[in-house]
Amino acid sequence: MRLSGTVWKYGDDINTDVIFPGKYTYTITDPVEMGEHALEDLDPNFRLLVQPGDVIVAGKNFGCGSSREQAVLCLLARQVGAIIAKSFARIYYRNCINNALPAIICPEAAEALEHGDRVEIHLEAGEIRSSTGVFTFPPLPETIMAIFEAGGLIPYTRRKLGIER
Amino acid sequence: MGHTFAEKVLARKAGLPRVEAGQIVDVSPDVALSHDNTASIAETFRQIGVMRLARPDIHVVVLDHACPAPSTTHARNHKLIRQFVREQAIKHFYDVGYGICHQVLAEEGFAVPGALIVGADSHTTTAGAFGAFATGIGRSEMAVVMALASIWLRVPESLKIVVHGRLREGVTSKDLALHVIGHLGAEGGNYRSVEWHGEGIAALDMEARMVIANMMAEMGAKTAFIPPDEVTFAWLKTRARQPYEPIYPDPDACYERVIEYDATTVEPVVAMPHTVDNVVPVREVAGTRIDQAFLGTCTNGRLSDLAMAARVLEGRKVAPGVRLIVIPASRRVYLDALDAGYLRTFVEAGALVESPGCGPCMGNHLGIPAEGEVVVSAANRNFQGRMGTRDSRIYLASPLVVAASAIAGAILHPDDL
Ligand code: SF4
Repeated sequence: MRLSGTVWKYGDDINTDVIFPGKYTYTITDPVEMGEHALEDLDPNFRLLVQPGDVIVAGKNFGCGSSREQAVLCLLARQVGAIIAKSFARIYYRNCINNALPAIICPEAAEALEHGDRVEIHLEAGEIRSSTGVFTFPPLPETIMAIFEAGGLIPYTRRKLGIER
Repeated sequence: MGHTFAEKVLARKAGLPRVEAGQIVDVSPDVALSHDNTASIAETFRQIGVMRLARPDIHVVVLDHACPAPSTTHARNHKLIRQFVREQAIKHFYDVGYGICHQVLAEEGFAVPGALIVGADSHTTTAGAFGAFATGIGRSEMAVVMALASIWLRVPESLKIVVHGRLREGVTSKDLALHVIGHLGAEGGNYRSVEWHGEGIAALDMEARMVIANMMAEMGAKTAFIPPDEVTFAWLKTRARQPYEPIYPDPDACYERVIEYDATTVEPVVAMPHTVDNVVPVREVAGTRIDQAFLGTCTNGRLSDLAMAARVLEGRKVAPGVRLIVIPASRRVYLDALDAGYLRTFVEAGALVESPGCGPCMGNHLGIPAEGEVVVSAANRNFQGRMGTRDSRIYLASPLVVAASAIAGAILHPDDL
């Protein structure tokens, strides 16, 4: 799978409250509406200017805090292509895989890439290309790749149970 | 080479003689906890295409996050959950008013040693205080647990924290937890099972231990573990739902890191805005004017927390211009605090005592700060916007510091009252 887009760069410890505010978690159920609040308390420009395929690049511990899956869904609603970070908080990382949003751990790329850079990502090869350089990351473990390839945990489970759609 | 708690419990659950950190296992949880998010989980569950829950008996559903419903939308959400619970015959349902899910899970005896507990809430780690393997998961994952009664987990690496000596008078387990998080950082336990050992932990009562396991979510931990002992067994005696078999790490278990602390040197601290690891001694920020003080949540809304705060507030008044909001973590806590006279003490001091639930912890209702306002809170998170208002500032502290600050109208060390 190949992706390309423009980088939105943020710092360390970007938490789920600034990705998707807690106060909306039980009142907003429509994914499109979730997208309208993406990164609301972090970067008000994001939801106005983000383009399909754009890539979020951040420091360590991206997605720390709540287990709320909306913090992944709101980015998918804006068609974010991938997140590259030095590290992810564990529930957020699982939520990304389970919703087939590429979450790439690559400290070198997270350090080097700048806001506005164009990047190309080749998932199977574990490669990120940009004008700054080429960065590599380890491919996902098999079990996890299978979930990812199915399009997320729900389609994966359906397939496992032999339920057709 | 011996094995850690996480390795031993997950091996037992996976039916394997042994597992190692890094391995991925399929396991069947003993308990699956969800709350106001159950409606959205149910929606995802339906998308799978399975009609009935695989094991309705393992599910525990507690309405707590916005209780009673502050708006029509919240009320609708609760209504959908009640319908789902009926339709799927979920027996363990705790409607509005029982209390915060992690507290209810403990009080109702679901949190027992050696149990595997998954919860669609990050603070599920709280049950680690009882020696359970308790971990937060996402909503899609909970929907799959509904369908299959199983989940994949990666066996985590383990950190061992040893606390020597005992906390001094006036220093609480909240201070200890913040002290350690301040030292190791908000990411210090990411993906890890964090085991707590030593005299300083053994000396704590059950409620104080729950504070520590709860706060481990803020260090990114997958699970927290406190070895079950006489204190644990005494607590469970009247509460445990089923027989349990404690699991202890082997003495020669392999830890990624062992970190030792001296409890006698820990002092009252606060976590400054906007991160939990921004920890400083209370006296460094003493005098910071506050608008609101909040005592409650799954971290510090239990009876012992209310007792400490009531002792400070007895015969005193909340400073003019400051709101003190007190929310007992459960109906049980509410009743016990009522009997002990704490609620009267709070109300007489000028506090607002609200019904059990999460309240303003994540900005739903019952005390949302205005822009520019400062809150001192006994909760576990001080992220920007956490309490519903982006431009407010939250300081996290122990119930003692919250109470003393409410009286002073500014952050204050309880000894300086
Ligand atoms: S009290 Fe706060 S942290 Fe605890 S479960 Fe409720 S919202 Fe979450």
